Amino acid sequence: MYQYRRFNNKNGFFQKFGNLDYILLSCLLILGFVSLATMYSTDGGEVLFHTRSHFIKFVVFFSMMLVISFINIKFWFSLGYLSYAVILGMLIWTINFGITASGSKRWIDLYFLNIQPSELMKIFIILCLAKYFHRMKAQHVNSFYSLCFSLIIIFVPMSLVIIQPDLGTSLLIAISGIVVLWFAGLNHKYFFYSCLLSIISLPIIISFLKPYQKLRVLTFLNPDRDPLGAGYQIIQSKIAVGSGGFTGKGFLKGTQSYLEFLPEKHTDFIFTLFSEEFGFIGSVLLLLIYSIIIYRVIRIGALSRSYFAKLFCYSFGTSIFIYVVINMSMVLGLLPIVGSPLPIMSYGGSSMLATMIGFGIVMSAKTHSQQSIA
Amino acid sequence: MININISDSATKLNSLNRRMFILATAKIIILGGIVSRLFFLQVKENKKYLTLSDKNRIREWKLPPIRGEFQDYFGNTIAGNFEAYQLHIIPEEVEDFRYVIYRVKELLELSDKQFKKIVKKKNEIKPWETLIVADNLSWEKFSKINNHLYDLNGVKPVISISRDYPYKENFTHVLGYVSQANENDLLTNENIKEKFVPGLKVGKTGLEKSFEQKLIGSNSVERYEVNAYGRRISQLAFQKGDKGETIKLTIDTKIQELTNELLKEKAGSICVMDIYTGAIIAMHSSPSFDPNSFVFGISQDEWQLIRNNPMKPLVNKSLSGNYSPGSTIKPIVALSALENEIIKPDFTVQCRGHKNPLELYGQTYHCWKKEGHGFVNLREAMKQSCDTYFYEVARRLGVDRLSVTAKKFGLGQKVFKDVFDNEKNGLVPNTEWKKNALGRNWVLGETIITGIGQGFIQTTPIQLCLMTAQIANGGYKIYPKIVANDDNQYADKFTPLYKKSRNIKIVQDAMFSSTNEVRGTSYRSRLDDPKYRFAGKTGTSQVKKITERDRELDLKTFQIPYEERDHALYVAFGPYKSPRYALSIIIEHGGSGGTVAAPLAKKLFKMIIDRHEIRKNYDNKKYLDI
Repeated sequence: MYQYRRFNNKNGFFQKFGNLDYILLSCLLILGFVSLATMYSTDGGEVLFHTRSHFIKFVVFFSMMLVISFINIKFWFSLGYLSYAVILGMLIWTINFGITASGSKRWIDLYFLNIQPSELMKIFIILCLAKYFHRMKAQHVNSFYSLCFSLIIIFVPMSLVIIQPDLGTSLLIAISGIVVLWFAGLNHKYFFYSCLLSIISLPIIISFLKPYQKLRVLTFLNPDRDPLGAGYQIIQSKIAVGSGGFTGKGFLKGTQSYLEFLPEKHTDFIFTLFSEEFGFIGSVLLLLIYSIIIYRVIRIGALSRSYFAKLFCYSFGTSIFIYVVINMSMVLGLLPIVGSPLPIMSYGGSSMLATMIGFGIVMSAKTHSQQSIA
Repeated sequence: MININISDSATKLNSLNRRMFILATAKIIILGGIVSRLFFLQVKENKKYLTLSDKNRIREWKLPPIRGEFQDYFGNTIAGNFEAYQLHIIPEEVEDFRYVIYRVKELLELSDKQFKKIVKKKNEIKPWETLIVADNLSWEKFSKINNHLYDLNGVKPVISISRDYPYKENFTHVLGYVSQANENDLLTNENIKEKFVPGLKVGKTGLEKSFEQKLIGSNSVERYEVNAYGRRISQLAFQKGDKGETIKLTIDTKIQELTNELLKEKAGSICVMDIYTGAIIAMHSSPSFDPNSFVFGISQDEWQLIRNNPMKPLVNKSLSGNYSPGSTIKPIVALSALENEIIKPDFTVQCRGHKNPLELYGQTYHCWKKEGHGFVNLREAMKQSCDTYFYEVARRLGVDRLSVTAKKFGLGQKVFKDVFDNEKNGLVPNTEWKKNALGRNWVLGETIITGIGQGFIQTTPIQLCLMTAQIANGGYKIYPKIVANDDNQYADKFTPLYKKSRNIKIVQDAMFSSTNEVRGTSYRSRLDDPKYRFAGKTGTSQVKKITERDRELDLKTFQIPYEERDHALYVAFGPYKSPRYALSIIIEHGGSGGTVAAPLAKKLFKMIIDRHEIRKNYDNKKYLDI
């Protein structure tokens, strides 16, 4: 028994290689290919800046994910707090020395690339909280002390991102954190009461919103109140999706995007363009790919031996699901416009980097599924 | 310790897996929601959004419609379209706009004022919209630009369709003219509003205005795919519009040109009418102006020149000139008296000239002839246009009975109904009219001067022409028309206007004598050839009351100031044997009808009757090029 485990623990390179989740990998590759094709279409059927840049990022970060897969999950466990602290430091750095673009300081200049720490925080907050709850005894999870500590872990980066200002990302960070809390076994009543509280305090929160954010909420409730101004994005997005029809207008034939009616078509609204060109069928297939990916991630979690890996995989999978749902709901007019990219599909290095790190850790959990963490 | 640890982690794992299960269920429900939303938008509401998307990307551009033409009776184009040479620039396609525009300025020799206007216009439009630098270039300048195109990137020489009046001032008052549509045109005419594009030209007066609906045609439509900023990306379709209808008139250009020539340097009008069909053969008002000047906007100097001309070129005298008919009313007075059996043709009055005027109720009434005409009967009185005779006839007839006959023959009402918006009614007074309009009672003296076409009575030249035509055709009602295929059928067309046709014959004969017998007022203007012989009545209408002093001075026309000279009138019909055409001539401040107006009729009838054959043959579809 001991020998068997030892043998197993050796985890030779080829064995790790064989242990990779190839379904997940191929789904990610398909998604990458689809995102490149869509990016090609946003560039008007030419290989221009966005396509090229997206391709390079995908290739680099996908390779990085493979590298991460071979690093022992223990390493990531040990890095939990440190990485969180580093990203937190980067967020503080951003506030002071960040690059300002379109009214908010979100990026820091790393000479060879500009990075958006808030995107990375979406992953590393999961890592940090997973580590925190891994060690905790079941009866302590609902203690006042742990509750306070985990809430602080969530609120600090969240507030740092809010003041950038970037409401969308800060909400996504909070959701990622809360998801971990949920899986860690925090009492249902906390979620129930906080939901109730936030609904009650909604009018107060709205009164604290910036005018443009209030406008977004009002626009969501009635996009036609200002069809050429605040409502323009959502109206054009719905037109694009709706006009796609069952089979879509065809690759490179999406008039809404080609004729520049779609705003932010490279980033947050990329699904709109995809949906216009590939229709209901394409959209459902895309959703299916995402579903398979999320299912595989959760399955890896289920098969993992360590609580940390399970918690991370479940939370990461759920977070990806929530990002996808929020992004799609937004472009389909089910939610107000908040800046939230569609994982892997949307143009943006930091988002891609964070997602790929996340998948890398998941893959590492797969290759080291028998690894137990003290 | 170890046991506790195991059970603790088992609890944690249990809780984790249970919660995963709950969330997985929630995820499936949410996914279902997203899919159903996609289904709703893309399948159920697809049509609606497809329409919206097309609305977004497809934009239509209307092009100016091609205006219908006017043709004369023989199919010659009298208002057509020509290709105007224009110069367009699309600012965004020009690399160095400043350089190009200065180069164009140099080549076209634009004045600084024109240049500033163009630059101002450029700043008002979007960079991808067309800037019209010049709208009607001469061929020399157009070819000059074409020769320098290598140097003028983005400049487009364009040939566009525009209005052309080949006969210049000949048809101005009949056709009117076109010019840029203004706000008022858009407000008053729905059709113009619907078809409006910048630069659209619409009729401003005359038939161009009356037949706007038929002439305007329909826009060609270019359908373009545009992007979010309104820039054209590609042309999707071109839908050709219809040219406006061609309207054929009854006018004979040759005769129209003759009328223009005859009235040169004079103020006046000539109308020629077919006495059976009512077709207008010629209708001209002088002085005229060139309507081509208005097509691209008239210059201020030219406009002031036309506007301030004392001979009033802008007034269509044929339709809106109200004149006292003078002696040309006498056929109607005579006819009315005969019809009402006030007099018999042999009724005789002694005229003793204006040295011994007729005295009635303290007023004196003079005949135009100093020595008087002696004893005259109806025929003689018409022939020599004896005023004294008609004073007496009018006195016996009374103004009310006279006005009935006058109105019956077309005086005092619009001849073309609503075809021309500037046509005047004229005025045929009666006792009731005066009471209503002026609130005073009619006095007998007014009846007497009405008998020689002075006083309140006012007629337009076209009314006099119609009156003459209806006498000439034997006293039957006709409806004048200027559009050849005017199919309006009037029930009372050709109904007799007389009680006894003999009376018409008597009047016709009297008019014949006036032109063709010695001592007739227009004897000198007669045509002896029976083929061309015509009958007429002269008229001289006073502009100002003749005083005793004037009578003593007895000045010649040229000695009197222009504004005070008499209007010369003449109405006639011919050929006498079998009448076919009637005409009316009026020369403002021309002097006496017999010496100024009647000689024009001589030249006119020669041509009218010669061309009658051609017209008849053309009717029988024998093509003839004039």
